[in-house]
Formats: sequence, structure tokens, C-alpha cells
Amino acid sequence: FLTPLYFMEGGSMEQEMGELRRYRTQSISRGEFSLSDSFYFYIKGLESIVDDQVTQRFSSEELVSWNLLTRTNHNFHYISLRLTIIWGLGVIIRYCVLFPLRITLAIIGLTWLVIGTTLVGFLPNHRLKNWLSELVHLMCYRICARGLSATIQYHNKENKPQKGGICVANHTSPIDIVILANDGCYAMVGQSHGGLMGVIQRSMVRSCPHVWFERSEMRDRNAVTSRLRAHVAAKTNLPILIFPEGTCINNTSVMMFKKGSFEIGGTIYPVAIKYDPRFGDAFWNSAKYNMVNYLLRMMTSWAIVVNVWYLPPMTRREGEDAAQFANRVKSAIAHQGGLLDMAWDGSLKRAKVKEEFKEQQQKMYSSMVMGKKGSTHTKRSHYLY
Amino acid sequence: MGSTNSTLSRIPNVEELMQETGFTPAHIVRLYDRFEALDKEKTGHLRPQDFGAINRLAMNPIGDRIIGSFFSTGQETVDFHSFVRILAHFRPADKNRPKDPSMPQPVNSRTSKLKFAFQLYDQDKDGKISRAELLQVLRSMLEMQVTEEQLESIADRTIQEADLDKDDAISFEEFRKSLEKVNIDHKMSIRFLR
Repeated sequence: FLTPLYFMEGGSMEQEMGELRRYRTQSISRGEFSLSDSFYFYIKGLESIVDDQVTQRFSSEELVSWNLLTRTNHNFHYISLRLTIIWGLGVIIRYCVLFPLRITLAIIGLTWLVIGTTLVGFLPNHRLKNWLSELVHLMCYRICARGLSATIQYHNKENKPQKGGICVANHTSPIDIVILANDGCYAMVGQSHGGLMGVIQRSMVRSCPHVWFERSEMRDRNAVTSRLRAHVAAKTNLPILIFPEGTCINNTSVMMFKKGSFEIGGTIYPVAIKYDPRFGDAFWNSAKYNMVNYLLRMMTSWAIVVNVWYLPPMTRREGEDAAQFANRVKSAIAHQGGLLDMAWDGSLKRAKVKEEFKEQQQKMYSSMVMGKKGSTHTKRSHYLY
Repeated sequence: MGSTNSTLSRIPNVEELMQETGFTPAHIVRLYDRFEALDKEKTGHLRPQDFGAINRLAMNPIGDRIIGSFFSTGQETVDFHSFVRILAHFRPADKNRPKDPSMPQPVNSRTSKLKFAFQLYDQDKDGKISRAELLQVLRSMLEMQVTEEQLESIADRTIQEADLDKDDAISFEEFRKSLEKVNIDHKMSIRFLR
């Protein structure tokens, strides 16, 4: 785990300001400005310069001891002859022995997926069809998992997602789908692609309903929600699989869940996925590597070791809005997976931070300067410090 | 693993830097890694935009000023040595250091810290915090939450309290006096680990 560079005194803005002004006679609620108020912001700013919690989440986790993969070692350089020889052997094994085996398996797996689902698609709609479809899907995903040398440990299988429900999980890489589908059948949700992906998608849909969207449809949130709702309402459909973070995070924390998934209704089955970083770094840094490159790296790692926890189902409570529900589910997942529960939005990776957050800081500060009655607080206050 | 020593050897004049700033080799290495992480284009220098990429800093109301404090007037880039020297101001005070008035003040003494904080306000570096300068800082911290009149009355009150020689500005001595009871070492320090 990353060791922090400095010791974070976790006082809230009020607490810190209060201490700064302790020598003054007025209390915080009376307001008043002090020249030392700016120190609070100054130090917080410097702390973020020295060590930034957020950007750390978007680059791969640093390992305490090296696992002979240069990609996970940021300080890679020559240390000793012996180590280099061992590393060299590791490379040979990974690239010349493991990789060809895995690629073969992956090709077999995917080919069977396409052929199998197409064949099943010819059958009339019947219980037999569903059973065969599940069989085919499971078989293919298991072969693919072997193709990645994935060792998966499932916990609390009694909470496995049921038909007509929605499965939400934290997102680290596209492999998450293979990991989850090894133990059950899900209806996938996603954008329709062309090329090889498109072939796979179209054949999958023949044997059981998945939800594929055209790129243009994705922008219309209502259309998306209603289609998902219709799928969930038909109780015989497989549970849909959604990753509410919206993007891949590096598996040390869970970022804000987009509330869209939580507005569909139905029962939510949260799932926590945690990869063991010692055997291979499963995080897909889409800014740095494209899909092919990424899969190559996956197939030349030692192994993918995963723990999957099925959490008890949750539903939206009375008076709880979608955003609050999303946060509740997120905390449960983070807690179970031993991941940090962060208030940051996953879209920060690509976009500049919203002005909102700055304004929120100013609002909080202004209530201290102007006295409590002079401020308006927003309902959701993210205590970011 | 030996990476500390190898990183240190890549930094020129690192012994001098450690002497001057009081950082340990481990701190220097972590700061160097951080510097390199911020220096995305590997130029060996940081520009204001590189700081701007730090999200948490962008949402800080006085973020721009903090970035500005790293760049001396006229300079557009900051190299690693200057980066470390500025951060050295915020090391907690060394408790075991004997108080020797003949030796120069270390960078992280109370006075040095206060001087740095003073510069945050005194942007034109004339040695005084004018009413306008104070207003600017207030505006950054409060922006749209209060009216202009409220800002002005806060500024007036602050100057009234701190301004002892009645020149309608706050000098460094007046600044220091008004904060004499604040535990500067505690509040203006980053507690570097190890």
C-alpha cells in the first residue's frame, strides 16, 4: 500500500479554523475574519502539491516488494546480476511458455462463444434454450478465464444476483466481466461495437437477451433507463451487470457511483472485486494502453488472482434519493473489498475539476466569517478534507 | 532495494540541498519522485500549468496564489532545487536545535514561516499589506458568497485591529504581532513522515 508522505491531520475546515482562531475572544459562530485563516488553505494547497490522493488512484498501485514484472516497478534499474538473471528467466517463461498457451485458450474460448451461442439461437424459446445458453456462456467464460490464468475466489455465494435484479460492481478492467461471468450468467450492458467485438455481441444476443446500445442512444439518458427498466421488469431475464463508476479505477479505492444505475428500480446486488496486485496488475489505464496492448500485458503477467464478494441485496429506502442510495451501495462495496471509499468522481480523470467543489469550499469558509446565519448549505456536503 | 541511493545520485548538489533544507534523503527522494510525476513533459522544470493539473489545488480558493509562491518574480519555471527549498519552509521546527542567535535562521523557523505567509498577502512585495491586497485575498476566499460591502467592512476591521502605526496598511511587524499567539509551527507545517 502507498505510504503517505506526510501525516494528514484530519480536522474539518471548522475544526482547523477554530484552532487557528482560538486566541481570539469571539467564537466561530459570531464570524469574523482573521489573518491566519488563509494558513488553512495555504497548507492544504501545499499538501496537495506534495502528494495528491486523487491522481494516485489513476496510476497503478506501487508494490512494496517487487514481483519480477518491470511494469509494476516504477524505479526499475539495474541492481545485481543475479536478480537480472532471475528476471530474464521470468520473462522467458511468461512470454514463451505461458503466453502462447493463454492465447490459444482465449481463441478457443471466444470461438466457442460465437459458435455456441449462434447454435443455441436456432432453438425455439424454451427452458431448454435458456439452460443451454447459460451452459455455453459459462463454458466460454471459464475457458477465457483460464486463458488469463485467473484464480477466482467467490465469497458469500448465497448472495449471488438473481434474475430480474441489477448487479453493480467496482470497475478495474474489462476483465471484470469475465471474472463475474465465471460464476453466473448476466445480461451485459454496453455499447455496440463493430469488428470482432460486434460479432461476439451479436451472437451472444441470439441465445439470451443482452442490452446493447448504439452510440447515439447512449446519450439519451431516459431511453437508456427505460430500456434497462423493461429488461429488469421481465423477471425471467438475467440480472444486468453494471459498473457505476463509469471508468476503470486502479483497484485501491472506489470512486463516486453515477446515480443513473440506481434510478432503474429493482433490487441491487452489490459485488466487490479485489485483485491481488502481487501476481499481475489488472488495472486498465485506458489513457496509456489500448485494449490489445492491455490484453497482451494481462496474458504475460504471472496470473490474475481475484477475490469476489457477493454482498446482501439492497433496495432504495423511503425518502432516499438515487444519489444517496448510490453512495450507500458504494460504501458497502468499498468496505467489503478493503478499498478506500472516495468522494471523488471518476470522470475527474479526463475532465478538469468542477468549479462546484471550489465554491463549496468558499461557502463553508464564508459561514465562518459571516456567522452561521449568513450562509446557505447545500444538501450534499462532501467533507473533502 | 537500493533505489534511494540511485535516485539521490541523479540529483546534482544533493548534499548541499539536504544541509540547507534539513530534509532527509528519504524525503528528497519522495519529493523528487513527486516532482517527476508533475513534470509530465520531462523538461526538468515545472511551470504553473503543471501545478494546475493537480485537482485538489485547482479547487483551493487561493490555489493560484499558492502556485505563484513557487515562482519568483519574472521566473516562469521552477527547478527541483527551488521546489524543495520552498517546501522546506514548511517543515516542522527542529525541536533539538539549540537557539544560537549568531547562526542564521533556518528556513523553517517561525519567522521564516511568517515571512512566507506575509508574502501570500503582499503580492507587490513592498513590505506592506495594503487594503487592496487584503481585499484581493478576501475575494479569493469568499468570491460570490458575500457582497462587496461586506468584504470591505471585513478588510476595514482587520486593518483597524492590526494597523498600529495607522498608515492604513499592515507591515510585517504588525502582521507578526497580530499573530503572536497563533501556534505557527503547528499550523504552517506539513508533517513529513519518516
